[in-house]
Amino acid sequence: MWLESIPDYSGAVIRARRLEKRYGDKRVLRGVAFDVPRDGFLVVTGPNGSGKTTLLRLCAGLAVPTAGELDIRVSRGRIGYLAHEPLVYRELTALENLDLYGRLYRVPERRERIGMLLERFGLWDARHEQAGSHSRGMLQRLALCRTLLHEPDLLVLDEPYSGLDDDGAALLDRELEVGLGRVAFVLATHDPARVERFASARLALA
Amino acid sequence: MTYLADVGTLARKDLLLELRARDTLPAMLLFVLSTLVIFHFVLPGDSSELAAAGLLWVAIVFTSLLGLSRAFAAEREQGVIDGLVLAPIDRSAIWLGKAISILVFLGLAEIVAVPAFAIFFRPVSGAMIAGIVLADLGIAAVGTLLAAMAAASRARELLLPLLFLPLAIPIVVGGVGASVTGDPARYVGFLGLYDALFAIICWASFEYVVTE
Repeated sequence: MWLESIPDYSGAVIRARRLEKRYGDKRVLRGVAFDVPRDGFLVVTGPNGSGKTTLLRLCAGLAVPTAGELDIRVSRGRIGYLAHEPLVYRELTALENLDLYGRLYRVPERRERIGMLLERFGLWDARHEQAGSHSRGMLQRLALCRTLLHEPDLLVLDEPYSGLDDDGAALLDRELEVGLGRVAFVLATHDPARVERFASARLALA
Repeated sequence: MTYLADVGTLARKDLLLELRARDTLPAMLLFVLSTLVIFHFVLPGDSSELAAAGLLWVAIVFTSLLGLSRAFAAEREQGVIDGLVLAPIDRSAIWLGKAISILVFLGLAEIVAVPAFAIFFRPVSGAMIAGIVLADLGIAAVGTLLAAMAAASRARELLLPLLFLPLAIPIVVGGVGASVTGDPARYVGFLGLYDALFAIICWASFEYVVTE
């Protein structure tokens, strides 16, 4: 794995050196090094099983490295993490799920913020439907609402375009564009061309 | 106060989930009633009331095990535990919220089970009720922590009883003692001590169970 371009190190929100992660005997990551500045956009690519999701879980603080240094200078509550799973309860409605996270993240003016996000992501009409009845694309939109709800300083996005239709992908593009320069991004994708225009650095895992 | 608000939010969420899914409480109710009916026919007519009291505790422990096995089902199946762990809350609030919901389910199951026990076997004393309430607290505290540990494992169905039943032995000893002996205060005190000790241990250690 190699880092193709390294932006300015000062003010980095994530600093990783000689990062290694093992699960039992299986080594998932080895010798990974990168920095993500406050306004950086790191695109992580690599084939299946190369450790992209593991790296993103490390960046989100959901896992700890087996060896190496990982310095995350953003508090837990300022991280937005979009995983493969939408991380919502299927028995709760879209509104109830976002209200739950809004309360836990102590989002100011929670109802207004939730309403605005549901409108923006085209889920307002489905707000009272249980998440379990949502299509894959709607679940991904709901997951994006959850991720953006607390206006995080660091967005860790694992295959964010997965399941989205053209409209949904355009909505996500707009969110990324709005966040550029204001939010630090770590984004894993199989389609780096899609986010090429946003990227300030690339990390290819082998 | 924010800690209590977080606990309330999480407990309310669990109760709402159960209200929608109805996959834990009906199973617990059916199980505890079926168990008592079976015990009613298994126990010979001239058996002592002491033996019957012991059977109630068997029913309570295994009914709680049934509820605990579903405690983190939604979080496990939908990966939501990551979302909760990432939230800027004290992680022990996740444990306490879940323990409260388990306590509610167990209490509701016992509201049906205890009168059924009184009908089938023998009258229920105040000391026995006190023993059940304190035992529920211990079961909810310890069981929630162990359910979270088991949920992270592939062999969760096997692991939970193996972890829970040995730690439930003092609860059974205290509960049976409070139900049948002439000096129930001693056993009620023992249960109270167990609850306090294990609640502190579980509260302090939950964070390490849900994080790597």
